[in-house]
Amino acid sequence: MAGALGETASAPVISVRDVVVSYDARHVLDGISLDIFRGETMVLLGGSGSGKSTLLRQIIGLERPQSGQVVVNGVDLAKCTPRELKKLRRSMGVAFQNAALFNSMSVEDNVALPLREHTLLAESTIRLMTWMKLAVVGLAEFGKLSPQELSGGMKKRAAVARALSLDPEILVFDEPSAGLDPIVAAELDELILGLKQAFNMTVVVVTHEMASAFRIADRMAMLYNGSLIAVGTREELERSSHPRIRQFLDRVPDKTADTAAFDQYFQEYMQGDSV
Amino acid sequence: MLVVGVEAFPMVGIMAVCAGFILAMQGASELRRFGATQFVVDLVTIGFTRELGPLLTAIAVSGRSGSAFSAEIGSMVVTEEIDALRTMAIDPVDFVLAPKFLAALIVLPCLTIISNACGILAGGLFMRLSTDMAFSVYLRDVVHSMALRDVMTGLVKSLAFATIIVHVGCLEGFRVHGGPDAVGRSATAAVVKSTFLVILADLGFTAIFYLTGGK
Ligand SMILES: Nc1ncnc2c1ncn2[C@@H]1O[C@H](COP(=O)(O)OP(=O)(O)OP(=O)(O)O)[C@@H](O)[C@H]1O
Ligand SMILES: [Mg+2]
Repeated sequence: MAGALGETASAPVISVRDVVVSYDARHVLDGISLDIFRGETMVLLGGSGSGKSTLLRQIIGLERPQSGQVVVNGVDLAKCTPRELKKLRRSMGVAFQNAALFNSMSVEDNVALPLREHTLLAESTIRLMTWMKLAVVGLAEFGKLSPQELSGGMKKRAAVARALSLDPEILVFDEPSAGLDPIVAAELDELILGLKQAFNMTVVVVTHEMASAFRIADRMAMLYNGSLIAVGTREELERSSHPRIRQFLDRVPDKTADTAAFDQYFQEYMQGDSV
Repeated sequence: MLVVGVEAFPMVGIMAVCAGFILAMQGASELRRFGATQFVVDLVTIGFTRELGPLLTAIAVSGRSGSAFSAEIGSMVVTEEIDALRTMAIDPVDFVLAPKFLAALIVLPCLTIISNACGILAGGLFMRLSTDMAFSVYLRDVVHSMALRDVMTGLVKSLAFATIIVHVGCLEGFRVHGGPDAVGRSATAAVVKSTFLVILADLGFTAIFYLTGGK
């Protein structure tokens, strides 16, 4: 895609430096640094509430960090002009956790919206391009429906089609597989792989599905307690002996249920005359 | 968006008819003591074109549409649709607020005119029923006492009210933070605040018109 040739492979497309984000004095991100390189698929892993979506919102410039900086394509998101930010946003496609399609428009119009807003293309061209994007995600014949008439998986695919509509260099995808059955989730994984191959996009995916992460990731980063505890390829992560990573990989629960305490409570309850 | 106006029409109409009756009845009961029942016509005509028409319409629309705007935008915030717009480099305010504003600027004056008409006709109906004033006489007197200036000030007011209702509704929506319960609260806040501001603005306008000698 445009711009891919001129730049050295070593310059990161997205560079997150010492980013701190806190809500009510609680650090959700506590000095995160992460580089994402051109053409790679980076998967952000981490438990629920570990700050994955928060990090993603920093990367797409929806929120400013309390300290630290986020640089995308050489532009500092906190310091750039609105014009630069606008240009940058047009080179990024974002598919949100819950699709965020506009219910007042058909699926087709949702996908066409960025084209209508940002290009002067003729209506017929826009229709053709929209149809192609929908075809890429396998929704070519559903364009006329309203988003409410789509299933959860179809909505996510439509959101990807909309994210792709301006041919972005960077695709950002929050929780593609959450709430989907394994077959649809696997289809979305294949879609991400296919897109990356076809368009050489840089892809950032948030997920907590290990299977999906291992299928699509070039590199993975694991968030825990506001810090990145591991960044590396899947082999590197598998070899890691960090207890939290092992726990995540081996699906060990945090606390086992305290059966002894329950028994005792139950006994006391039965003996007492509270019933 | 123009649906807003069409759907609000029956409500505005009925409110205006009721208010027209009320105004005529109150006016008649007082003025009868001075034997000046024919001034009821003036009262209803001027009262509606200057004051009640725009105000009643604005209150009805702020209740119906102000809350709808804030609920719509608030739920777009909750479902990340507003964020999605921003990441698509589309200004959410332009995209969401502008069409509503435009529609309201057209719809409110239209509804105000309808409201004026309903109120004045209701006044006529009352006069026909309670006194022996013929409807045609009533209408002739209405035309006589209706001043272009009054109608225009009423319409200017309605434009200002439209601005208040749309902006308060939308800003309340954009301010939503958190879950669906926040959407409900923002809708309530939108109605309360916009009704309050509408009345405040009405006071301001009336004061200005009064001081500039429009009487
Ligand atoms: N606007 C906000 N105000 C206050 N706290 C917030 C806000 N947004 C996020 N948080 C807090 O930040 C933490 C991280 O949230 P985030 O949404 O990033 O988690 P996540 O890793 O995406 O989780 P999940 O997998 O469940 O989507 C949570 O504990 C949440 O309570
Ligand atoms: Mg999340």
